[in-house]
Amino acid sequence: MDSSVHNHDHDHDHQVVPSDLALRVKALESLLVEKGLVDPAAVDALVDKFEHKVGPRNGAQVVAKAWVDPAFKARLLEDTTSAIAELGFTSGQGDHTVVVENTPQVHNLIVCTLCSCYPWTVLGLPPVWYKSAAYRSRAVIDPRGVLREFGTEVNEDVEVRVWDSTAELRYIVLPERPAGSEKMTEQELAALVSRNSMVGVEKLPPIGGKA
Amino acid sequence: MNGVHDMGGMHGMGPVRHEPEKTEPVFHAAWEGRVYGINSALRAVRKWNLDAWRYQIEQLPPAEYLRMSYYEKWLTVNEQLVLKHGLVTVEEFKSGKAAPGTVKAVSAFTGEVASKRMGRGIASSKEPAVRPKFAVGEKVLARNVNPTGHTRLPRYVRGKAGIIDRDHGVYIWPDSNAHEKDEQRQHVYAVRFTARELWGESASARDTVYVDLWDNYLVHA
Repeated sequence: MDSSVHNHDHDHDHQVVPSDLALRVKALESLLVEKGLVDPAAVDALVDKFEHKVGPRNGAQVVAKAWVDPAFKARLLEDTTSAIAELGFTSGQGDHTVVVENTPQVHNLIVCTLCSCYPWTVLGLPPVWYKSAAYRSRAVIDPRGVLREFGTEVNEDVEVRVWDSTAELRYIVLPERPAGSEKMTEQELAALVSRNSMVGVEKLPPIGGKA
Repeated sequence: MNGVHDMGGMHGMGPVRHEPEKTEPVFHAAWEGRVYGINSALRAVRKWNLDAWRYQIEQLPPAEYLRMSYYEKWLTVNEQLVLKHGLVTVEEFKSGKAAPGTVKAVSAFTGEVASKRMGRGIASSKEPAVRPKFAVGEKVLARNVNPTGHTRLPRYVRGKAGIIDRDHGVYIWPDSNAHEKDEQRQHVYAVRFTARELWGESASARDTVYVDLWDNYLVHA
């Protein structure tokens, strides 16, 4: 199979080196725009959406609300897709979201071993490491080793549950609420929630260094 | 297919190198964002579905798959797919211009649609008419099969015993859909495997791996 269209360009334009990805993208986009197959304004809008609007802050709001509102948390664990839609986060069609809850007995970790499936309605686009061969290969066979590389120790008496997103379900971790956060508002709590804690590679540290 | 993309359990890929969360950009270069947008616009043309698109990536030569960055893979398969489906000809790629007399299409994927649209168009639903083959709590075996086409049954669970943890409802079967055949809607379940069942005695006795599997991937244990 011909894995790269740019080979066709060589005779035509000797200035273009095959590895110049930016030029290849520009060539493809300009051709598709000329043919009416791509609207450049749509590309602009999509980039803007993921750079500025859809991202881990969405998921952090879901987590903070679950911590302060037990009825919401119950709905979230029962039917995540509907519960997050209450906050305006919808995937429109297809992707169903599932929240898995960390407890003192269970630590959850999310991966997609086959490609890069990720709960982007609540977390945005995945970081590079999530898509890396190292993470995809090792999360299922050596989850505790992977967690240690993120500085996360999980005691031997805690079950590590790895969720491999092989279908159209998208998993997100509900991390444990940090010790010392009892008096914080929902908004303050949301600011504590990291993306990595919602993928499960990190735990949230206690507030003020308390155990 | 037993491709290099099916990575679960492989060794030799090194440590997980991760950038600090707070400073990692969404796109590491402007062209990555353009590829993301072009990919979405082309998906909206509906010449290929998500499963076919995934299969296209899986067919990249293994050494190339491992060498390429994520968005380089996306760029390459979009170049391949527009050629394969006749949206662009080799001559047009060579000249960089649309063929004379080309009728300009009108993309339905506008800026307004792009700013709102979140779905990726893989249908799933509650369909009472499609009955589940397995019940929650039931012991199952993942089939030991080696299809050469697209599949979402990872190698590391094939032939292994697990428990149906939950029934996710009815979804299109990717193995068929990727090849533009019938959708074969069926139930998908989260199947719980113990780490020891998958990896042997050296694995933690406590840890588990949950894998989402379709009816067709499972048999009664």
